[in-house]
Amino acid sequence: MPAVSKGDGMRGLAVFISDIRNCKSKEAEIKRINKELANIRSKFKGDKALDGYSKKKYVCKLLFIFLLGHDIDFGHMEAVNLLSSNRYTEKQIGYLFISVLVNSNSELIRLINNGIKNDLASRNPTFMNLALHCIANVGSREMAEAFTADIPKILVAGDTMDSVKQSAALCLLRLNRTSPDLVPMGEWTSRVVHLLNDQHLGVVTAATSLITTLAQKNPEEFKTSVSLAVSRLSRIVTSASTDLQDYTYYFVPAPWLSVKLLRLLQCYPPPEEGAVRGRLTECLETILNKAQEPPKSKKVQHSNAKNAVLFEAISLIIHHDSEPNLLVRACNQLGQFLQHRETNLRYLALESMCTLASSEFSHEAVKTHIETVINALKTERDVSVRQRAVDLLYAMCDRSNAQQIVAEMLNYLETADYSIREEIYAVDYTWYVDTILNLIRIAGDYVSEEVWYRVIQIVINRDDVQGYSAKTVFEALQAPACHENLVKVGGYILGEFGNLIAGDPRSSPLIQFNLLHSKFHLCSVPTRALLLSTYIKFVNLFPEIKATIQDVLRSDSQLRNADVELQQRAVEYLRLSCIASTDILSTPSTSTDLLGLGLAPVLNSVAPASAGGSLLVDVFSDNSPAVASLAHTAEENFSSPRIGSADVVSDDPAAAVHDADELVNKFVCKNNGVLFENQLMQIGLKSEFRQNLGEYNSRTKQVDPAVDGGAQVQQILNIECVSDFMEAPILNIQFRYGGALQNMSVKLPVTLNKFFQPTEMTSQDFFQRWKQLSIEQQHSLTVSCKSFCFIIDSPQQEVQKIFKAKHPMDTEVTKAKIIGFGVALLDMVDPNPSNFTGAGVIHTKNIQVGCLLRLEPNTQAQVRGVFIFQFYSRVLEICVCVCHIYIYIY
Amino acid sequence: MIGGLFIYNHKGEVLISRVYRDDIGRNAVDAFRVNVIHARQQVRSPVTNIARTSFFHVKRSNIWLAAVTKQNVNAAMVFEFLYKMCDVMTAYFGKISEENIKNNFVLIYELLDEILDFGYPQNSETGALKTFITQQGIKSQTKEEQSQITSQVTGQIGWRREGIKYRRNELFLDVLESVNLLMSPQGQVLSAHVSGRVVMKSYLSGMPECKFGMNDKIVIDKQGKGTADETSKSGKQSIAIDDCTFHQCVRLSKFDSERSISFIPPDGEYELMRYRTTKDIILPFRVIPLVREVGRTKLEVKVVIKSNFKPSLLAQKIEVRIPTPLNTSGVQVICMKGKAKYKASENAIVWKIKRMAGMKESQISAEIELLPTNDKKKWARPPISMNFEVPFAPSGLKVRYLKVFEPKLNYSDHDVIKWVRYIGRSGIYETRC
Repeated sequence: MPAVSKGDGMRGLAVFISDIRNCKSKEAEIKRINKELANIRSKFKGDKALDGYSKKKYVCKLLFIFLLGHDIDFGHMEAVNLLSSNRYTEKQIGYLFISVLVNSNSELIRLINNGIKNDLASRNPTFMNLALHCIANVGSREMAEAFTADIPKILVAGDTMDSVKQSAALCLLRLNRTSPDLVPMGEWTSRVVHLLNDQHLGVVTAATSLITTLAQKNPEEFKTSVSLAVSRLSRIVTSASTDLQDYTYYFVPAPWLSVKLLRLLQCYPPPEEGAVRGRLTECLETILNKAQEPPKSKKVQHSNAKNAVLFEAISLIIHHDSEPNLLVRACNQLGQFLQHRETNLRYLALESMCTLASSEFSHEAVKTHIETVINALKTERDVSVRQRAVDLLYAMCDRSNAQQIVAEMLNYLETADYSIREEIYAVDYTWYVDTILNLIRIAGDYVSEEVWYRVIQIVINRDDVQGYSAKTVFEALQAPACHENLVKVGGYILGEFGNLIAGDPRSSPLIQFNLLHSKFHLCSVPTRALLLSTYIKFVNLFPEIKATIQDVLRSDSQLRNADVELQQRAVEYLRLSCIASTDILSTPSTSTDLLGLGLAPVLNSVAPASAGGSLLVDVFSDNSPAVASLAHTAEENFSSPRIGSADVVSDDPAAAVHDADELVNKFVCKNNGVLFENQLMQIGLKSEFRQNLGEYNSRTKQVDPAVDGGAQVQQILNIECVSDFMEAPILNIQFRYGGALQNMSVKLPVTLNKFFQPTEMTSQDFFQRWKQLSIEQQHSLTVSCKSFCFIIDSPQQEVQKIFKAKHPMDTEVTKAKIIGFGVALLDMVDPNPSNFTGAGVIHTKNIQVGCLLRLEPNTQAQVRGVFIFQFYSRVLEICVCVCHIYIYIY
Repeated sequence: MIGGLFIYNHKGEVLISRVYRDDIGRNAVDAFRVNVIHARQQVRSPVTNIARTSFFHVKRSNIWLAAVTKQNVNAAMVFEFLYKMCDVMTAYFGKISEENIKNNFVLIYELLDEILDFGYPQNSETGALKTFITQQGIKSQTKEEQSQITSQVTGQIGWRREGIKYRRNELFLDVLESVNLLMSPQGQVLSAHVSGRVVMKSYLSGMPECKFGMNDKIVIDKQGKGTADETSKSGKQSIAIDDCTFHQCVRLSKFDSERSISFIPPDGEYELMRYRTTKDIILPFRVIPLVREVGRTKLEVKVVIKSNFKPSLLAQKIEVRIPTPLNTSGVQVICMKGKAKYKASENAIVWKIKRMAGMKESQISAEIELLPTNDKKKWARPPISMNFEVPFAPSGLKVRYLKVFEPKLNYSDHDVIKWVRYIGRSGIYETRC
């Protein structure tokens, strides 16, 4: 019987499926399937060849069984045979089976590929389409390898049918996504671009998707597509909808194509050609205009399609960021959407506005909607929309409205369900500390570690708020239930600055300690470890409660704690507090500086100099500045000095750091000289710096003639700058002189600027970067806003300081100083000849930071003159440090 | 402390839902349906823990019975209760099916109220229940009747009411055993055990005292102490029982001290005891498989079965199930006896023999054609399983006596007509090939 007469019905298949559907239980279904599988197996095994119809039917059944979740391990061959059939339905089922069930069986893949090749070569468009669809559906690497060469040919061949072209473009797109390295770029690329001019809109839509993906990979090759896309877009947008074949969707002309074209344009900067640019602007304006028109249909599809195009247009406008007029219009349009009934629209509007807010042209316009946004934050039901609203509030926040916004947000926080992580924009420190502590109190769980690191970082570095914050924290801790983060902050701040409030009888040392210790048992291990460190700091700060603390440390719950870290700390701190005098404690305790001395303790060699009989010079460096990492690990950056050996007891290094700041400051611009001198000894210094490594050659000379005049000991110290730092490392020296132990500590003249590498720059370069940095600063505001808190005040990337010169101004001297400072002096760069400019790169182990410097002497203002010192770099801390150092030398 | 009891049909629709405790909410009903009945992977464990709630389920044909609790209950107790519940329902309306449950839902709720109180199982003896939960609608009971029920339900012998009278005192005793076996291809027994039940049907008047005796090794040995010759005579006949459980009517104290089983039987059918043995099992059949793979596309199977019991006995309902590979495309079977058929839906050859005498053997040979597949997995060769029914107890258990004493009424042990029957069935009776 000819297969045609049976039609496409495949009664057997329908019966089988209905049998399965009627099965009462899973077991019954499995039984039915087993029976069918056995039947198919016997049919496939049978000696007489099956006709196309039966083959198709059985392959279909197998496919159905497979989709029900059963393993199919045969029938592939029959499916491949179907590919060579001339009947469309049979071929289709064959391809379907292969797309769903293909596995990397080598022989079959070869046969399948052969079948596909034949179909691609046939001039029958439906067969070609089937083959292309199969390639795209499988999309495997093997497929890509086999066909990437052929498909572009089909795509650009003149005589290919439109529908085939469409499939070919999409197929190529899919292969490009799965194995981008295999898709060849060649002469066909230019011809693909011209598909944008194709008569058939389907082809254009498919081609646009392909070009967009390819253009993201190598924009240069597809640059010509911009003008074509613009002209196509303008034809769609401005033309009457009648000539768009079937591509008008609910009165919106070709919305998908428009969106894709707009996306394509987002791969490129605004077109430079005036005509193209004008045309594009006109298109965008038309789209914005159309948004204002009353809807042509009440159907939701109409407005959806219209808005899709509109939003894509707006993101293109934002991307170009060049037409203030359009930006403002877009902003206003979004403002209307903010109050729209549709939740999705509100969400999208807030999201787009977020990006709009970062553009300088539309920032002000966005700010006009602040009330609406705050309102959205308060009344919106959907949490994701509220999150968007919060994002937008950050984005639009600046000096003028920070107070208002933060107040609103805190307000909101009290009532909100805490799912939104709080981020803060602070103006002054006291207020900032208050806010954050408040925040931790209210929503402790949602405050990330960084937030409280930041608090401590700020408190440590601002003398003026230390006392205040200690007090605040102390008060906050008195609440019966505190969040663990608060305990952490409390432990840290009280440990460092508890002495500042110890005068008040209400917060005497013992009360402070008891308060902290009352929280101890409720905390997790890291917090307990931190609290233990706090206790040892207390031992240092308040010797009067030493006994109490030792008792606590000695208790079994500490000394025999199951947690190894806690146990070790307890043991070490206990020993430390028992053995060491107050002096030794102060050294490690105070060196817990947060703003990171980026110096690893590299010096640890002991060089006993047998210069004269009784002299022993010992460069003792165990207690030199402990490793201080940046604020990120600030939780505990105090590497406990291992005082296991008893000899330390006998020769305590003196803690009295020689306050030889003036001496040290001499070295800011110099590398050699005498570092220290008294009647006993003289320390000379010779240093070399290469990028982030430094080498010291210090000469210690005995100057007392009575013993052994003039003996020299040389000690080489290698220093590596890990990250930025402010405090100089300290060199402790101890020796025996005349039977008495002598100790001294000298600051090593290592400052951040030592790690400068001078950079030469032309005037043009210099000012371009200068400007760029000042723009970036604006930009980074919004970026860092998102991540967490930010401070408006001085520490931005730019540091500007006005200071009085201590010495009369002399051009040559200033020049020498700038060179000595480490940066390259850029002559003739600044238009004003009296200004000085410099550029350099600071090398640290972690980062390299470029810095620009400008010094503007103002001789009129004072007798000695005033310098305006401007300094730019990408990293805030570095600016602060460098600025600090620089002011020293004047 | 069962928190609730649900009955579902095969689709997961709730037929009966009875909640006994507040900690079980309505969502528990759905949780079981979603996580067990409609689970993507078939749930094989009878106990499921969902959100700190335990579900114990048993399945009867297409019906799921699930007991729910939030407490740490004795799982064995819960299952015992569920099985008892099934027995009670069967005793009331026959087969447990969706139809029957829907038709009797009032009765079922009534039963559930009676046999579970605040989640604690109560008297679930069918005989006792039937006296006051009837299917004849509300029967107005006289005061005497009511007080009688009360005293009976709350009394010492809750499982039997007084004043039963039969013209013919009759007693049926069934020893039902199922024998489980796993044998290696070489004929080595890998594991074997028999689980048996003694089921009794008693139609006796009054409150008779019964005494049941079997060839329990301990009892025989004890008696043997006195008369040595008897030990040698019946030594082989005695069996070692690994463990046993009794119906509540059996006096356990007497069993513990004297190892004698004495009881006042309930009226009607009940299970007197359950036991298990693992030693000296008589295996009724031996299966000898021979499987040969001829190339990639053919498989030759030959299976011989030998009956291993007295030639005078007849085994019935013998069924041998020979699994076939998953890529079987055709099967030819030749058997000397019975009927054999390839059942594609079960992926097995099923060979059925109606009757077979002891000490005989029979064989089947099959040629299985295979379809070459690209699957690298080898066929796992599942074991050949067997079903049968034999008229003796594979464990070797023998009923030695069953004595009935009724001092108040005028009938003696001799007047009671007693019937004893042994049935040995196959449990999981498998031989690897």
